[in-house]
Amino acid sequence: MTTGDGVAVRAEQVSRHYEMGAAVIRAVDEVTLEIRAGEFVALLGSSGSGKSTLLNLMAGLDRPTGGAIFANGRNLSGLSSLELARYRSRTVGMVFQSFNLLPRMTLEENVELPLRLAEVDRGERGARVQEALERVRLEKRLTHRPSELSGGEQQRAALARALVNRPTILFADEPTGNLDSATGESIMLLLKEIQQKLGMTIVMVTHERPLAERFADRIAALADGKLLTDGVKS
Amino acid sequence: MKAGDLGELALRNLREAVLRNSLTTLGVAVGVASLVAMLSLGVGLQELATRRLSNSGLFDTVIVTARRNMQGMRRPAANPVPAKPERALDEDARSEFARLPNVLEVYPQMRFPTEVRYNGNPYSTIVAGVPDSARGNGSYDGIQGSFFSGPNAEEAILQIEFAKDLSEQTATLIGKELVVRYAERQALAPENGVGNGSGANASDGAGGFSIVPREKKLRIVGIVETEPAAGFGGFGSGRLLIPLEVASTLRAAQVNDLREAVRATTGKPAYASLTVRAKSPAQVEAIETAIKSMGFGTFSLLDATRNLRLFFTIFDLLLAIFGSLALAVATLGIINTLVMAILERRREIGILKALGAADRDVKQLFFVEAGVMGLFGGVLGVGFGWFIGRALTWGTNIYLHRQNLPSAHVFSVPWWLVLGAIVFAVGVSLAAGLYPATRAARLNPVEALRYE
Repeated sequence: MTTGDGVAVRAEQVSRHYEMGAAVIRAVDEVTLEIRAGEFVALLGSSGSGKSTLLNLMAGLDRPTGGAIFANGRNLSGLSSLELARYRSRTVGMVFQSFNLLPRMTLEENVELPLRLAEVDRGERGARVQEALERVRLEKRLTHRPSELSGGEQQRAALARALVNRPTILFADEPTGNLDSATGESIMLLLKEIQQKLGMTIVMVTHERPLAERFADRIAALADGKLLTDGVKS
Repeated sequence: MKAGDLGELALRNLREAVLRNSLTTLGVAVGVASLVAMLSLGVGLQELATRRLSNSGLFDTVIVTARRNMQGMRRPAANPVPAKPERALDEDARSEFARLPNVLEVYPQMRFPTEVRYNGNPYSTIVAGVPDSARGNGSYDGIQGSFFSGPNAEEAILQIEFAKDLSEQTATLIGKELVVRYAERQALAPENGVGNGSGANASDGAGGFSIVPREKKLRIVGIVETEPAAGFGGFGSGRLLIPLEVASTLRAAQVNDLREAVRATTGKPAYASLTVRAKSPAQVEAIETAIKSMGFGTFSLLDATRNLRLFFTIFDLLLAIFGSLALAVATLGIINTLVMAILERRREIGILKALGAADRDVKQLFFVEAGVMGLFGGVLGVGFGWFIGRALTWGTNIYLHRQNLPSAHVFSVPWWLVLGAIVFAVGVSLAAGLYPATRAARLNPVEALRYE
């Protein structure tokens, strides 16, 4: 789903400032960024550059202190808490560096969780979970718990969970940060495959320039909360 | 989130910290048990008191007299209401009373002075007639010996103090015979066609009467602590009880007979007073009103029953307050458990929100967890409370038996208390979950996801 002009998400002069006593920390400072539908964009930057904060703002996990973010033709800042939750549930999928699977649930239950939150009918859920796990090639590990999986498998399971509600935008926050390079590469290949097969918009935060250059269509580099460069990779 | 999913997730969360949640639930159960035990004790004592007092005949009884008998006994009314035509308390009136709704029986009060001869010694006392219906009303549960073998049995039951006058070994009196000397009325022919009311028996003539001393031999069949159905229309407690039918056939002169003899009446035989028994104390007021509207004077202990209800309402309230203290402590336990759960599940709450959970979903999840603990605690607590009650009843009855007193049910768990306690436990638990649930719902997902 796009804003109508082929744009999946657009940040306009977005700021996210935190007050720490008398000091004001400008985690994101007047960033303007447009992500087109079907694009694979890497937000590149060192630690503290504001890339994860910007991702959280675009994913509807946080609200900006200034500017606006448009998704589905609506300004996320103007949405109620419930509407923002619906946006996260139906439009957005999220993958984290530390996987964030619920350890006491099986793989099947973890992947089913977003379907429960989106109130998808019980009869439909089994097939949707199966489809998502097949896409990440974990369909045979349904009953395993996260602790019984390798890091790469856990990230693939997290990817299946992010895809199960068939979102239009996938936000990935350092998806290879906790993985060795080989496993990280396999995850990146999977992300690329998903983008190409499903035509999904992917916004990925990373601090690894080679990874971004190899897999992303476009790289937006941030430093100290500001957008330094934004362009198609060389 | 749908209710089914909410329930499943809540139960799963509760199972994860099974020891802590079980202890919290046990805390609720102890609180509910305390509440149920206290209230059940209150209800049980109320039922016991009501049953005993009802059986005593004091609270389900209306004493009816002819209105003129009550004149001079009351303070004059500020705004006197025009009196209804005076009516005689005769057989017609007795039949009318018997036809009133919720009237169990109507019988005349029979009390007369006698001299009892036992072992050659004279003893003055009062004889009271006891209706056969008293047999099954529980008043004679603690009797030594037995109730009358029949309504016409020439038998006597002694009040314990009177029995002690006759013999120090009261138990040896049972089966023995005594002689009752009394004054029998013998009807005289009416003068000039105008009849005078006789005391109590419709078989008597309506004219004047002469007094003839008589004797009656009776066999002692039982001894009671106090006179059940002592009533309040006579002139003292009966210390020697005989069947009402037998008392009627004796045609013994009663105190009221002298008054009736000098009054001009309709010519029909009239009763000095009638006892009207209602099916339950609750119906006394309506019956009393109906009888008054017929033109008779009435007397009952209606105010006393009202005061009794008021006393037990306050008593139950106090017991409920004391019982609720334990539940209040349990409520703090629920709050503590859920606040701990928020700290432990902070990251999980962040994940749920990132996956699309609304604040409302998180709030409901914690609410359901609190409610489930309340439900289980409530059900368990009612069970514990019932068990405590059984133990109390058991212990009380052992003590009563040692004191040679009859068994008593001092504990009652009515269905409304079972349902009410469970609903109350769930309600209190939900209230306890309000703060933690609101706090969990307000967690910022970004901060929650950072939490390790």
